[in-house]
Amino acid sequence: MRLAYTEKQKAFRAEVRAWMADHVPAAPLPSFDTEAGFAAHREWERTLNRNAFSAVTWPKHLGGRGLDLIEWLIFEEEYWAAGAPLRVNQNGVFLLAPTLMEYGTDEQKARFLPRMAAGDDIWAQGWSEPGAGSDMAAIRSKAVRDGDHYVINGQKTWSTRAVWADWLFGLFRTEPESQRHHGLTFVLLPLNLPGITIRPIQQLNGLPGFAEIFFDNVRVPVENRLGGEGEGWKICMATAGFERGLMLRSPARFQQTARQLVDLYRANRESADADPAIRDAVLKSWMDAEAYALATYRTASRLAKGGQIGAEASTNKIFWSELDLLMHETAMSILGARAELMAHAPDAGDIGHWLDGFLFAQAGPIYAGTNEIQRNIIAERMLGLPRA
Amino acid sequence: MDFTFDDQQLAFRDAIRKFLVVEAAPEMLRGIWETTKTGRSAELRSKLADQGLTALSVPEAFGGIGLGATDWVMVQQELGYHGIPDSLVDTAFLAVWLLNQLPASVELKRAWLPRIAEGRARVAIGHPINPLVADAEAADLLLLWHDDEIHAVPPSQATLRINPSIDLSRRLYHVDWTPSAETRIGTAAIGAPLWQGLIDQAGLAVSAQLLGLAHRMLDLGVDYAAQRKQFGKPIGSMQAVKHHMADVAVKVEFAEPVVYRAADALDSGHALRAVHVSHARLAAGEAARLAARKSIQVHGAMGYTWEADLQMFMKRAWALDATWGDRKYHKRRIDQHILADAAPLGPQHTFI
Ligand SMILES: Cc1cc2nc3c(=O)[nH]c(=O)nc-3n(C[C@H](O)[C@H](O)[C@H](O)COP(=O)(O)OP(=O)(O)OC[C@H]3O[C@@H](n4cnc5c(N)ncnc54)[C@H](O)[C@@H]3O)c2cc1C
Repeated sequence: MRLAYTEKQKAFRAEVRAWMADHVPAAPLPSFDTEAGFAAHREWERTLNRNAFSAVTWPKHLGGRGLDLIEWLIFEEEYWAAGAPLRVNQNGVFLLAPTLMEYGTDEQKARFLPRMAAGDDIWAQGWSEPGAGSDMAAIRSKAVRDGDHYVINGQKTWSTRAVWADWLFGLFRTEPESQRHHGLTFVLLPLNLPGITIRPIQQLNGLPGFAEIFFDNVRVPVENRLGGEGEGWKICMATAGFERGLMLRSPARFQQTARQLVDLYRANRESADADPAIRDAVLKSWMDAEAYALATYRTASRLAKGGQIGAEASTNKIFWSELDLLMHETAMSILGARAELMAHAPDAGDIGHWLDGFLFAQAGPIYAGTNEIQRNIIAERMLGLPRA
Repeated sequence: MDFTFDDQQLAFRDAIRKFLVVEAAPEMLRGIWETTKTGRSAELRSKLADQGLTALSVPEAFGGIGLGATDWVMVQQELGYHGIPDSLVDTAFLAVWLLNQLPASVELKRAWLPRIAEGRARVAIGHPINPLVADAEAADLLLLWHDDEIHAVPPSQATLRINPSIDLSRRLYHVDWTPSAETRIGTAAIGAPLWQGLIDQAGLAVSAQLLGLAHRMLDLGVDYAAQRKQFGKPIGSMQAVKHHMADVAVKVEFAEPVVYRAADALDSGHALRAVHVSHARLAAGEAARLAARKSIQVHGAMGYTWEADLQMFMKRAWALDATWGDRKYHKRRIDQHILADAAPLGPQHTFI
C-alpha cells in the first residue's frame, strides 16, 4: 500500500488542470435535455476529443490515451473540480465502450469507438420495456433473423437521451420461443432507421430526458450484433456491471458536490445551525464522498493488479445513490424556503442548481437497477443467502 | 499509488486468522473471561507471542520485527473479528509506540520492549480521554497521564478498583496513584504531542477492531439466517432479512478503505492523519453499530440471549465505540478541518 501519487501521475494532473482552465466553458451549458443544450454538449465532446480527453483509458489507436484507472481517477478529479460539463455521451463512453472492448470484433471497435470519442455518435441505452423494468429478463422486443438482417419489432422505454441520440444499444429476443435470459441478443442500431418512432417523455423537471422507442419492422444488419446470437444476457450483465460499478459515477463528482455543500453551509451558517442535524449531515456527506473515492481507488488498484470487478458494483450503486440523496436533501434544508426556486428563476441567483440536483438524485436509487434489486444481489451473490 | 496490501501482508493476516479460529474460539474466550479474575490468560498470550503478534512493532534492536500501522491494521481487524481483548493491542501497539517515541530513555526501552516482544509483559495505559484504565490489574506496568507528563508506575504503587463493564472481556479500573519525579518518564513538553499522537494510534486500532467486529456480526447474522427456518424455508431467503444484511455489507465495504487510509496516514506522518483517523473511527463505528442492530434483529429472541455468541461481539463493539474519543470528539476534529477557511476539500484532495 502506497497512497501517494508518482511524479508521472502528478505531471498528468497538472496537464489536465491547465487544459481544463483553458477550455472549460465559462458559463454553464444549457441542459442536454434540450435541443440546444444537446448540441452544445456534443460540441464539448468534440473539444475534449481534440486533446484525446474524451475517453482517456481507451487505447491510443481508438482515440484514447491508454491511461490506467488511477490516471482516469485523477483525470476525473480535475474534470469535476474545474466545473466541466456533464458528459452527454456517458452511456457510450462509460457503458457501451468497455463492453465493446471486451466483446466487440476489431472491426466493430474501429467502426464505433473513434466516432463515439469524437461526439459524432451519441448513444442511448435500450434495456427497459414497459413490462421489463426490474425484471429485465422479461424482455419481449423481437429481432427475427431474415437473411443477413434482423427484423425488429417491439418497444423500449425510459431510454435516456434517446430523443436526440444517434445510436441505441439494447437487448432483443432473437429466439421467438425463448424464455427469460435465454435467446436474447445484444444489438447496436442507428436511431434514424425506417420504422423507428421516438416519443419523448418528460421527466420531473419537465424536460424530455428520456423516451419511448417503437420498432415496426426495423431492419438491422447482422454485423451490428455485439457478441454471439443468444449471448445478449451475459454481455448485458457486463455492461450493467460497468454502470453500477466503476465508471458511471466517478467519485470526483460526489466530492465536488460535497465541497459545494460545505461552502453552502458556511455561507448560511447562522440559519443552518438552528438545526443541529444539518451540520451532522454536512459532515456525513463529506465523509461519505471521501469514502466512496477511497473505495474506488482501492478497486482501481485491485484491477490494476489483475483483479476482477465483483460485488462492489452493487454496493457502489447503493452507496453513491444514497449519498447523492443525502447531499441534496441537506442542501434543501439549508436553503429553506429558497430551495423551491427553479434554476432559471430570476431571484434564484446561483442556488437553483441544487434543485436540479435534488430532482435528479430522486432517480439514483431507481435507474441502473433499483437499490432493492442491488440489495438482493448483494445478499445472494456476495453473502450467499438462499434465493426465495 | 497502490491501495492494496502486498502478498506478505496478506499471508500474515491469513496465518493469524487460521490461528485465531482454533486457539481463540468463542467458547474458549468465554471460559477465560468467566473463570479468571483478570480476564486474561497467560497461555493465550504466549501463543499470540509465538505468532509474532507481541513483537510486531517493537524495533529490531529490541528484539522485535519493527513494523508500522499498515502492517497492524489487518491484524487488528482479525483481533476484532475474533473478539481478542484489547490488552494485546494496548501493550504491543500503543505502549510500544509510546515507549518508542520517548526521546532519551534507552534504559526504559531496554527494560520493557524486549519483554513485551516476547509476550512476557503487559502494559496498561491511562489517559483522561478514557474514564478508566483497561487491564490495569493484569498489567506489569502502568503508563499514566498527568498534566501531559508521562509516568511509568508499577501496579504495586497504585490502588485499583474494578468496574464491571457490559463487555465481559473488558476489565476497567479506577487507578489511584501519586505522580512523582521517580515515576515521570516524559515532561509535559515531550508528553503533549505524544499523548495526542497516541490518540491517533489508538483510534486506528479501535477502528480496525470495530471493522472486524462488524464483519463478524454480519457473518453471524448471515449464518443464522441461512439455517433458521420459519414458514418452511430459511429466513435468509426472505427479502426483508436479506436487505438487513445487505445494508450491513454496504456499510462495511465503505468503512474499510477509510480505515486503511488512516493506517497509511499514520505511517507516512500525513498532515491530516488526525482527520483521517477520526473519519475511520466514525465510519467503522457506524458499521459496527448497524451490524449489531441488524444482526440481533435477524437472530430474533436468540440474539437476546447470553448463549448466542453474537452478544460477545455486540457488547465489544458498543464499548469500543466510545473509547479513545467518543463520537462527539471525532466529529469535532473533522468539523474543524472541513469548516476551516481554505480547507483543502473536494475531488483534487483525496490523498493530499
Ligand atoms: C432517470 C432514469 C433514466 C433511465 N434510463 C434508462 C435507460 O437509458 N435505458 C433503460 O433501458 N432504462 C432506463 N431507465 C429505466 C430503469 O432502468 C428502470 O426504471 C428500473 O430498472 C426499474 O424498473 P421499473 O421502472 O419498471 O420499476 P419496477 O420494476 O416496476 O419497480 C418498481 C418498484 O418495485 C421494486 N421491485 C421490483 N421488483 C422487485 C423485487 N424483485 N424485489 C424488491 N423490489 C422490487 C423496485 O425496486 C421499485 O422500487 C431509467 C430510469 C430512470 C429513472
